[in-house]
Amino acid sequence: MRAFQALFEAVDGTTRTGAKLEALEAYFRAAAAEDAAWALALLLGKRRRRLITDRRLREICLEGTGLPEWLFEACHSQVGDSAETVSLLWGQRGEASPATSPPNGAALDAPLHRWMEQRLPQLAALQGETQAQAVRACWASCPPELLLLVNKLLSGGFRVGVSTGLVTRAVARSAALEEAVLAHRLMGGFVPSAEAWRTLVAADANGASVAARPYPFFLASPLDPQLLLDQPPQAWQVEWKWDGIRGQLIHRSHGCSLWSRGEDLINDAFPELIALAQSLPVGTVLDGEVIVWEPNAAAPEPFASLQRRLGRKAPSAALQRQCPACFIGYDLLEFGGNDLRQLPLAQRRQQLEQLHGRWMAQVEPPLRGRWRLPAVEPLHSWEALEPLRQNARARRAEGLMLKAIDSPYLVGRKRGHWWKHKLEPLRLDAVLLYAQAGSGRRANLYTDYSFGLWNGEGQLVTFAKAYSGLDDGEIRELDRWIRSHTTERFGPVRAVEPLQVFELAFEGLQRSQRHKCGIAVRFPRISRWRRDKPAAEADSLASALALLEASP
Amino acid sequence: MPLPPGGLLQLTPEGLYCPAAEAWIDPWRPVPRALITHAHADHARPGCGTYWAVGQAEGILRQRLGTAIDLIPLDYGQLHRIGGARVSFHAAGHVLGSAQILLQAGGERWLVSGDYKRCADPSCSPFEPVATDVLITEATFGLPIYRWRSGAAVAQEIVDWWRSAADRPSLLLCYAFGKAQRVLAELHRLGIDDEVLLHGSVEALMAPYREAGVAMPPTRPLAELPRGATLAGRLVVAPPGALRGRGLARLRNAQTAFVSGWMAVRGARRRRGTGRGFVLSDHADWPGLLRTVHDSGAQQVYVTHGQSTVLARYLREVEGVAAEPLEGAFEAERFEGETQEGAPPEPPA
Repeated sequence: MRAFQALFEAVDGTTRTGAKLEALEAYFRAAAAEDAAWALALLLGKRRRRLITDRRLREICLEGTGLPEWLFEACHSQVGDSAETVSLLWGQRGEASPATSPPNGAALDAPLHRWMEQRLPQLAALQGETQAQAVRACWASCPPELLLLVNKLLSGGFRVGVSTGLVTRAVARSAALEEAVLAHRLMGGFVPSAEAWRTLVAADANGASVAARPYPFFLASPLDPQLLLDQPPQAWQVEWKWDGIRGQLIHRSHGCSLWSRGEDLINDAFPELIALAQSLPVGTVLDGEVIVWEPNAAAPEPFASLQRRLGRKAPSAALQRQCPACFIGYDLLEFGGNDLRQLPLAQRRQQLEQLHGRWMAQVEPPLRGRWRLPAVEPLHSWEALEPLRQNARARRAEGLMLKAIDSPYLVGRKRGHWWKHKLEPLRLDAVLLYAQAGSGRRANLYTDYSFGLWNGEGQLVTFAKAYSGLDDGEIRELDRWIRSHTTERFGPVRAVEPLQVFELAFEGLQRSQRHKCGIAVRFPRISRWRRDKPAAEADSLASALALLEASP
Repeated sequence: MPLPPGGLLQLTPEGLYCPAAEAWIDPWRPVPRALITHAHADHARPGCGTYWAVGQAEGILRQRLGTAIDLIPLDYGQLHRIGGARVSFHAAGHVLGSAQILLQAGGERWLVSGDYKRCADPSCSPFEPVATDVLITEATFGLPIYRWRSGAAVAQEIVDWWRSAADRPSLLLCYAFGKAQRVLAELHRLGIDDEVLLHGSVEALMAPYREAGVAMPPTRPLAELPRGATLAGRLVVAPPGALRGRGLARLRNAQTAFVSGWMAVRGARRRRGTGRGFVLSDHADWPGLLRTVHDSGAQQVYVTHGQSTVLARYLREVEGVAAEPLEGAFEAERFEGETQEGAPPEPPA
């Protein structure tokens, strides 16, 4: 644990990416396989396990320190994190508290995997007073620098500022492997064990290490038009950008799978797409978009329909009928068991179209409607790009994708090959009504805002929440304003004088029973602080409804 | 809660007022007579008629408020008669020349703590416990999550951090008045005699400290270092605000750390975005606040600044001491004036 604790501190104590990478690489070089495996799983942060809830840890801490609960709350609102508050309060308990065994090196000496596989799960398995005593004994045995880490691991809230990409790079370097190879081997998750670690960092790709895994997704960047104009439009393949979720559909000898971009296996939620995968030849991997699209409809259903399917295990037949899933498979990553990712896009597209043609000839409805391959949009001049993009809304698309016809299928976000060119968001001016403090680095700062629009009776009705879009200076200024213009408090929420107007940007509007104003907003964020605008001139619900009506 | 009428001190729009002495303590607006606990900008403001302050604070006060101000320098512990009150200044251990102010009249004693801390600090006189009937205390760090380690232990961490980067400069962000000199004095105590480089606004505070006989390592303004001279392995001390200016352009590849009591909380450190945080404060921690209340023997406590509501409630409900938060412009101060530790850490601009 000493080494992992030192790694945590080193990474947490710097903002320089280079220093983080160095620390990670050094750790993975030196760590035993069983510890490296756990460190990797923790740093990737997928599927954290909550062993003991924050609430329970707090209870155990309060019993042990004798502090009143309201004082814990006051501390928590300053710290913004429950496990950290517990750690600070326990670490700071006075000399008066009964001395259990004083901290010694033993807690630090126990290796990470023993903590993760034995010590912490054992604490979680206990109950009642026995558990409370065992947790406090564990805390008492920890030197102060270890407390936070232990509590974060117990509560499943361990996080530190490293991206998946950075961790991947560090492991790749420590094992002298290509980053892309490692990224592929890590796709679909990593279950920590010494064996899994050894397989992961083995010098030669053993087929089993990637058999069930999707390829790392290649991601597009927001378009920089200046970078395009130098090249002829013919060098680019133009497609619609669909408003679904990115997915990878696999049929290999071991079976069929559908992976989301978040590397979740979503077979259960989309049985009809697994049936589609089964109808493809073995050794095929398609990249595309999962979306709801009626078999005979010209355009897909809005994102809200897809939302009804997400996260559902075993969707009912009725739901599958109401919201039929479709895979817009627009790229071919593997065919006949061969990895095609290094081929130029034009060649992959050609093979894809041939495959789609053969498939269409073989299958019957309803399977036929489940894989759509929309035609590439022809573009003869850059002048035609903008009018084309403006058609997106009519097509229920989010905008356009521009892909270089000679581009290989790379890993992650590499600028220059694939661009996304989304429609301008919709915008409305709304009035700030409520604010709530954030957590973590936004603890004690009012950063979560609710906004309202005017209804027909001259009242403001809550319309949307937004958490992002202001810079740190504006957040600080608004925080100060909120504190001095609070009219009422509801627990952590402050109602403020309805004076400040903000322009909100969002991707779409939907009618909704669940919202007071009757409208659900997709991905709202603040685009501007309209200091120039008095609240009376903010937009009304009627203008929101007009926008809603105008969208197809 | 306001102060009860008829007490030795009243709260007016200008600040805490003692009718018997016809004087304000750390007034927010210009007044004829100001008793100043210390020279931080949220306690010492320009435009007053006569300033009364501890002699060690004189240089800094004149630097900040103007050389021509009418200032009466005092010694710690000296008893003065001002109007109908007896007034004495007692060391607060906060920064050089900081004081608690004791007012006595009509058989009552009121003590205004100003900002203070209880742990050892080689850069200023140690806190002196003073007996009183009524205590007005600050509560900037009035939560039990705040408990300080010794300055020497933190200074050793700073040295280890600095020595670990021989290939680049180490930029230590400290408030220019008080914190920077305390860190330097602690470094001296650890036997450090490497020359430390200073940002201009830290440099401006060095003379009063050197004159007061505070032993610190040799220092030099960063601006006086010749162009092209290597900064690798050098320690540079600058105020946090300097990150926004251009003065530190030479330190682009530096490792950075921020020294403040607020760094005890991970979220506050991450919000600053300066990498490492060292927990060192000019203010009393939770045990220090409680100890001060007990040491004073006060029958009634009023709490200002920061966690005033929390500390007052704890004193009342857990310690059985009559205590109330004193609501005034103390809260607003947290957001005014220059950056110093009385203000919560700001997100980086």
